[in-house]
Amino acid sequence: MDLTLSPAEEAFRDEIRAWLEAHNPGREPAGDEAAFEFRRNWQRQLHDAGWAGVSWPKDYGGRGATLIEQAIFNEEVVRARTPQVANVLGLAMGGPTVIAHGTEEQKKRYLPAILSAEEIWCQGFSEPDSGSDLASVKTKAVRHGDEWVVTGQKVWTTFAHHAKWCMLVARTDSEAPKHKGLTYFLLDMQQDAVQVRPLVQITGEAEFNELFFEEARIPHENIVGGEGNGWAVAITTLMHERATLAFGLQVGVQIALRELMQKAHESRGNGGAASADPVIRQRLAQLLIEAEVLRLNAYRGLSAIMRSGVPGPEGSLGKWHWSEVNQALTELAMDISGPHALMSEDEWTYRFLRARANSIEGGTTEILKNIVAERVLGLPRMR
Amino acid sequence: MNFDFTDDQHAIKRTAREFLSARYKPETVRSLAEGSDGVDSERWREIAELGWPGVIVPESHGGLGLGAVELVVIEEEMGYALAPAPLHSTLSAALLLVAAGTEEQKERWLGALASGEKRGTLAVWDEHAGWAPDHSELEPAGDGTLSGAKIAVPDAADADVFVVAGAGGRHYLVEGDASGVETTPEKPLDPTRKLYTVRFSGAAAEPLASEPERIAHAYATIVTALAAENVGVAQRALEMAVAYAGERKQFDRPIGSYQAVSHRCAQMLLETEGARSVSYWAAWALDHEPESAARAASMAKAYASDAGWRVTASSLQVHGGIGFTWEHDLHFFLKRAKANAHAFGDARWHRDRVAELAGV
Repeated sequence: MDLTLSPAEEAFRDEIRAWLEAHNPGREPAGDEAAFEFRRNWQRQLHDAGWAGVSWPKDYGGRGATLIEQAIFNEEVVRARTPQVANVLGLAMGGPTVIAHGTEEQKKRYLPAILSAEEIWCQGFSEPDSGSDLASVKTKAVRHGDEWVVTGQKVWTTFAHHAKWCMLVARTDSEAPKHKGLTYFLLDMQQDAVQVRPLVQITGEAEFNELFFEEARIPHENIVGGEGNGWAVAITTLMHERATLAFGLQVGVQIALRELMQKAHESRGNGGAASADPVIRQRLAQLLIEAEVLRLNAYRGLSAIMRSGVPGPEGSLGKWHWSEVNQALTELAMDISGPHALMSEDEWTYRFLRARANSIEGGTTEILKNIVAERVLGLPRMR
Repeated sequence: MNFDFTDDQHAIKRTAREFLSARYKPETVRSLAEGSDGVDSERWREIAELGWPGVIVPESHGGLGLGAVELVVIEEEMGYALAPAPLHSTLSAALLLVAAGTEEQKERWLGALASGEKRGTLAVWDEHAGWAPDHSELEPAGDGTLSGAKIAVPDAADADVFVVAGAGGRHYLVEGDASGVETTPEKPLDPTRKLYTVRFSGAAAEPLASEPERIAHAYATIVTALAAENVGVAQRALEMAVAYAGERKQFDRPIGSYQAVSHRCAQMLLETEGARSVSYWAAWALDHEPESAARAASMAKAYASDAGWRVTASSLQVHGGIGFTWEHDLHFFLKRAKANAHAFGDARWHRDRVAELAGV
């Protein structure tokens, strides 16, 4: 057991830390278009310096780094508070899925443009009637010669209005059992048969969209992982979403906690300093502990993968635990805020509202508990 | 960066699991719990042969000279087996002696404690004071003797030596057979670890050296070991719940197929794994990162205190009525977890320390 970085890992950390310090472009501008262009430029800069796709194979433009190095990179990016990159979903989900299931042609065609942010990706999984029960999707793809014709609706699609490619799960065989009749496509968003409508969320922003397909076209060669194999490919995408993001998320919690401690010293919401209130101190301490547990579980999971090749049980717990910790953190912030909690422009009020989605997006806590119960603990399947 | 045991540490864990599951079968644990002194000398002799009482005692004093990580590996397995043996009490006394014993005291006691030939225990809590060792108001008289009472002293009946906490964080060594030492058995919450009230009336006592930092480190090791015990206890209670939820049928289905039950089990895993991660980290910090050790140990104790009793209580709920019977073994796990949660500072006390150390 050695919880310090090896000299090589330390050198890697110092290198990325120094680079980020020198190149961090600072806060992104207001306005969706301006912010998007800013993020795209930032990703280009990362890419040109070889920092996009850190753990991707070198053959497709990645850095070929180890899992630990990828984790260090994710931690440092959050620590440096750089802007987001433009192609989050392509990097975290689309690329890894193509690497795992794509053909050689597909890898060569798609991966470099993901890394350079030339082509932005979005994810067409959920539908109005298919949320947690993903395998019940109704969006239909019918083959016409070398093309598939798609009709249906998707929802909660982040970045759809900037995207070139959509990871689309559609039903290609309505006779087959529901998990078997699905196919994973890469759909070109730039066609008239695809309509994007922004969906305003409780924070007042529109991070998400609805997608409508009316006979949209997909060439046959854009199937990933084979016809009828969409469920397995989609699971790969989701596993990457939960695993890759874990490191950045836990650092985000650590940083938010530091800010909250500062706020607790300054806030006079209930008369005296919140940090002197024993109940607030207990809650802050519990969050400090939980944040440490998130960090430690993430590293323990990584060590287990490196030792045995398969993720340990703690891996599947990370996203669920993070959502609880982040929600509790924002709730405590509201309690510390005093009268500022009444203002929706307050940064913490925004975070409090935004955190409500944490236990829904990327797999609801209820679904994650099902996965833990059935696949980790081996309990009998429900139903 | 590698958050995994070394091959040697994995080997210690395997050996401990095999040894303890063979020696401390549920019926053995039950009979020791229901018996009066709770210790089986033959099994204790075997534990001593493995070197466990001296796991963290330097080799120069007859111990194995290993670290807190190895200690935690063993203690987790002791919790998993719920082995009633005076290991934590003897280790605690030894840790204080390693930290602050005079050369003569170390010479006289450490080898004997490490070999299991002698047993020791730590008497910390006054009848009317708090958890912290420096809460004690016990002060030696002018002639150096001690008079006063300590409560909830584990395994005191057969202790050859007491390390006694006194006012100002000072510690004293009192021999078990000294005159003026009276031990009275109490009825402990956790019957697998017997507790006693110890009254000193003019008992001869030798002070340990005044080494506040080293003593604090010893206590941090002691609470980390208890946290690790709770990890083992929670792991076992979780396994019992999962096994029962897979077998027990109601409404024609295994109860584990109902989300009300399966999600409870998932929650138990979350808390058990969290307690494990933070306990291992605390042990590592005790060995390798002294500047984080106090914070890490209090984090481990706070988290594992809550997790231990919540997981065992949740397991009892999964078992339903049968889990509430004396005949079922589960209550022994619940009681150990809850007793460990309170001994050497409860979760609230350790969270307070975390806040303090983090500069809140």
